Amino acid sequence: MNDDIAIQVVNLTKYYDELLAVDHINFTIRKGEFFGFLGPNGAGKTTTVRILTGVIKADGGSVSILGYKAGNLKAKQIAGVVPEMANAYADLSGWDNLMLMSELYGIPPSEARERGARLLQDMGLFPRKNNLVKTYSKGMKQRLILCLALVSDPEVLFLDEPTSGLDVQSARLIKDLLQNLNAKGKTIFLTTHDMDEANQLCERVAIINQGKIVAIDAPERLRIATSGIHSVEVSFDNMVSPEVLANIPGVNTVRKLGDKYRLYTANPGKLVVSLVNYSSSHGLEVVSLNILVPSLEDAFVALTEKGAKHA
Amino acid sequence: MPEMATILQQAQRSLIIARKDIRIYYSKGPVIIFGVLFPVFLFLSFTIGRQLAIDFMIPGLLGMILFFTATSISPIVLPWEAQARTLERLISCPVRIETIIIGDILASFAFGVGISLVPIILGLFLGITISNPIIFALAVILAAFCFASLGNVFSIPPTNLPATVNMIASVVKFPVVFISGIFIPLDQLPAWGQAIAYISPLTYFTDIARGCIQGRGHLPLAVDFAVLISFTALFVLVSTKLHQRTMPRRI
Repeated sequence: MNDDIAIQVVNLTKYYDELLAVDHINFTIRKGEFFGFLGPNGAGKTTTVRILTGVIKADGGSVSILGYKAGNLKAKQIAGVVPEMANAYADLSGWDNLMLMSELYGIPPSEARERGARLLQDMGLFPRKNNLVKTYSKGMKQRLILCLALVSDPEVLFLDEPTSGLDVQSARLIKDLLQNLNAKGKTIFLTTHDMDEANQLCERVAIINQGKIVAIDAPERLRIATSGIHSVEVSFDNMVSPEVLANIPGVNTVRKLGDKYRLYTANPGKLVVSLVNYSSSHGLEVVSLNILVPSLEDAFVALTEKGAKHA
Repeated sequence: MPEMATILQQAQRSLIIARKDIRIYYSKGPVIIFGVLFPVFLFLSFTIGRQLAIDFMIPGLLGMILFFTATSISPIVLPWEAQARTLERLISCPVRIETIIIGDILASFAFGVGISLVPIILGLFLGITISNPIIFALAVILAAFCFASLGNVFSIPPTNLPATVNMIASVVKFPVVFISGIFIPLDQLPAWGQAIAYISPLTYFTDIARGCIQGRGHLPLAVDFAVLISFTALFVLVSTKLHQRTMPRRI
């Protein structure tokens, strides 16, 4: 196996009874890479993470983490895990949770105390370290879970939706910490729904849909690959129904976004002219008008919808 | 074959898990009080008004308390952990499923041994004598481990509802108490009653306790110990093997 590879997934397959949850997927992650794993709900993301972290067993294929078979003790020892919707022990303090975790990873007590204190300080939890976790807010709990994953100083970090439902400050704190860890050479496998997060953090992303990998590339390259999809965002001084906008020549799809509409088109320049003409002929004033380049979200939607249509 | 260093490391992590269980699940006032009061009241409801000697009552009371306490919390630790969403985090640590199960059994064992001191001290205060304290202590330790392992067997079905697990456990626990020579000594049971009693591990502990306290065990000590050891090995084996299959389905 190549020394530069952190995670290698070959032909990975998982069934839940008759349902094929993970369908012969393959990917390789380099050491020190920040890798995003995206997909709609039920696509197979969490199942894949659970196999990679040794929580469940695959029905076929193989996974190696820094050369160790996923699920064996050495593979678990070098990995830090933030499971989806996991909790720390609510009846223990944040500090006791950290010390418990460090004991389970066999970290010497003095090293655990020193590292634990530093992590709690970095995550803004040090003043509350002796409070029971049940008194923590959701954001504090999630920051503590990240500390638990990092107390063993893992080489590879698996995070399943770590910022889902968090306040802006907590999410920002976690993202900053992940960027710092990656800059120090840690390999990070991040599952997320948040396209902005994936775009900001990940060097490469894989998109999984219905158990199959539909694309793996750098976010920017995925975005460009779907550059056939342009959109124009427009808002008027009065309400206009989406059905009316959908009838304007050149409009493929209409999405209402708050007080704005996003109109998808193959020819944005022509659509801008049509919109201006429409507004002047109907006595409307254009409040804002922007031509948008495709985002990672557009690429994600295009790739997953294509998969759904083929299913 | 795992290396000795790995076995020792996993044994140490079982102790860490046991200590965690004791702190979180066992060291609560209601759990301790219920652990003592429930078997005491159940026992008294069958013995009050029957003019029974104290050296007859204490072995039965001890057997009931040890059996109920060692099997009370262990069946519901895993459903609690799964419900509280702490189990996935625990499984992803460098521990085997067997390590988690042994840790849960050890916590239950410690709870059973600790609570069993209550009827022993009560009995000594009321004037019982223990003819062979070392044999008696070994029997308490072995029986506590055996019953804790049985408690863990009850949690094999991958349900995360503690009430469901408790129902499964109760279906087994209550009949076991009535067929194990607690209320009627083995030598006073008819042949068919004795045949049923021999399928219960509690029978063998009660027999050792009666031997040490009343001086009248029904079976040879070696048989009682051999059967208790066999039941313990069976429960540990079944529990560790089957939890490996069902644990991932709790997540």
